[in-house]
Amino acid sequence: MKLHEYQSKQIFAQYGVPVPKGRVASTPAEARQIAQELGGRVVIKSQVLVGGRGKAGGIKLAKDAEEAEKLAGDILTMTIKGLPVRKVLVDPAAEIKTEIYLGITNDRAARRPVLMGSAAGGVDIEEVAATTPEKIIKVHIDPLMGLQDYQILDMALGIELPKELWGEFNTVCQGLWRAYKESDATLAEINPLAILGDGHLAALDGKMILDENALYRHPELAEKRDLDVEAESEIEANKYGLTYIKLEGEIGCMVNGAGLAMATMDIIKHFGGEPANFLDIGGGATAEKVSAAIRIILKDPNVKAVLFNIFGGITRGDVVAEGILTALDEVKPSVPLVVRLAGTNAAEGRAMLAGANMITAETLAEAAQKAVAAAKGELK
Amino acid sequence: MSILVDKNTRLVVQGVTGREGLFHTEQMVNYGTQVVAGTRPGKGGEWVLDGKVPVFDSVKVAVEATGANTSIIFVPAKGAKDAMLEAADSGVEFVVCLTEHVPVQDMMIVRSYYDQKGIRLLGPNCPGLLTPGEAKVGIIPGDIAIPGDVGVVSRSGTLTYEVLYALKERGMGASTCVGIGGDPVNGTNFIDCLRMFEEDDQTDRVVMIGEIGGTDEEKAAEFINKHMTKPVVSFIAGKTAPPGKRMGHAGAIVEGGEGTAAEKVKALEKAGVRVADHPEQIAEMLAG
Repeated sequence: MKLHEYQSKQIFAQYGVPVPKGRVASTPAEARQIAQELGGRVVIKSQVLVGGRGKAGGIKLAKDAEEAEKLAGDILTMTIKGLPVRKVLVDPAAEIKTEIYLGITNDRAARRPVLMGSAAGGVDIEEVAATTPEKIIKVHIDPLMGLQDYQILDMALGIELPKELWGEFNTVCQGLWRAYKESDATLAEINPLAILGDGHLAALDGKMILDENALYRHPELAEKRDLDVEAESEIEANKYGLTYIKLEGEIGCMVNGAGLAMATMDIIKHFGGEPANFLDIGGGATAEKVSAAIRIILKDPNVKAVLFNIFGGITRGDVVAEGILTALDEVKPSVPLVVRLAGTNAAEGRAMLAGANMITAETLAEAAQKAVAAAKGELK
Repeated sequence: MSILVDKNTRLVVQGVTGREGLFHTEQMVNYGTQVVAGTRPGKGGEWVLDGKVPVFDSVKVAVEATGANTSIIFVPAKGAKDAMLEAADSGVEFVVCLTEHVPVQDMMIVRSYYDQKGIRLLGPNCPGLLTPGEAKVGIIPGDIAIPGDVGVVSRSGTLTYEVLYALKERGMGASTCVGIGGDPVNGTNFIDCLRMFEEDDQTDRVVMIGEIGGTDEEKAAEFINKHMTKPVVSFIAGKTAPPGKRMGHAGAIVEGGEGTAAEKVKALEKAGVRVADHPEQIAEMLAG
């Protein structure tokens, strides 16, 4: 789950990381009020969960409160990469001498967190990582020991930070580490960490991504979820414990297991079709879940046929069949349905579906070929 | 022979009294697995499955009383870290964790501790393993595989069942089938299993089922190129997955162009591995 810049910076501040004194506004009047309190020049920053806000015109500099109100008004009506801007962050404009990159993320291959830093911070850090990776310093953190002061010194030396800033830098790094660890983040990033005109450090931008699996122990963070970034159908699916991702094709899929769901999409493509979605009903799917899954798939107007591929393990074929029958009764679909059940209680499930108006298949390949033909109207 | 589990495996089930734990313990007992103990704090002294399996309060006590050498964990995500650490300190040699949705920072701690102790972990978020005719440790349906000479290792659950079933339909059996799970930080990986299959007398050929995300398949390809003499057939799920989208598994994310299906297929083919276009084709390739 991604957090907004203002949310990330609030968390960083709780752990002692210096951040600008700005606040978030939902209306131009609020932006004006904040700018007035701050005094002087301010920067108005759109709060949307996509990259490239600045290039899209979502970050503007205002010379006073009046201009802040006007610019906030402009930005609050913008849509950036499909996402509406609902809030702006009003921060005092800062005099930046140097931009440093600092981030902590999970290094999957090393199976531990890694602190990354670069003297070449700012908007082009990904370019730096791609072209001159030696400019990114990496310090791996032992998950049992945590980030040690000597490792922060290694980082300070690596990015050639002036000696008089080592103390402040330690506070920033330890704060970032605690924010990452105690929020169960998979990413905690400050870019840029600026050396300001007054010679001090400040986190001018912040980004956090939280581990969905750990949100149960952070109810206060779970509330920060921005529903704009998730499609309505995906939120609906989440309610039932389903994982649904909408795609552009014409064959709806309902499968148990993420790997098999991806393989089912692949085989549809292999036989000349295009999947309309990824949908994993998970293990132990109940009739209620199956029924919800079918409703969600059929809401997509592009769907011209649906393929059900269930290989029973924990999931039982008869339970799935019951869900399919319930859903068909409610939804009365007008598109052809292809069903393939295998594994635990598949025979019972097939018997239950014998009376329903469905196309059946024995193997995955056969099921995919029939779904492709059905979507073209060649099979009913 | 086989790898990791066989008829001599003495299994303790952590979370044996839960709904999933009890159901699958019964399945494992019925398959012939030696389930010697279960654990549930507070229920020590009780029995489950009509007196077939004794329950202990802790894994350590269970190991002392029964000589269990392998543990399987059916504990919900909130308790999974503690259950894995408890198992590591109990005296068992091998721990299988089926639990899904374990926080990744918990797994980094667990994996670090297991590495220090030198104990093998499989999972989490995996279906466990099956040595057909000898032992089922996990939830892979027993009736979809027969004993044979094909070693199977997979990051996926149900997709593995699909492959085992297709093999059985053609009269081909498995030496051992290992589901390593799809989480970003876990225990046993592809290379561990490939090495064990290479050394196993019963295994003559190997099936490796991967999916998008991470670089484990690329590393496995390198290992196969350098160290494997036995033929390997592979399938990679996720060719049609859009980049940047989470496909249910924490591991199944394409991160910054790293770990796409195309890159994995290319690396495997370069290592001399035949890669199937769809899962049922694996059986055809092994036969041919």
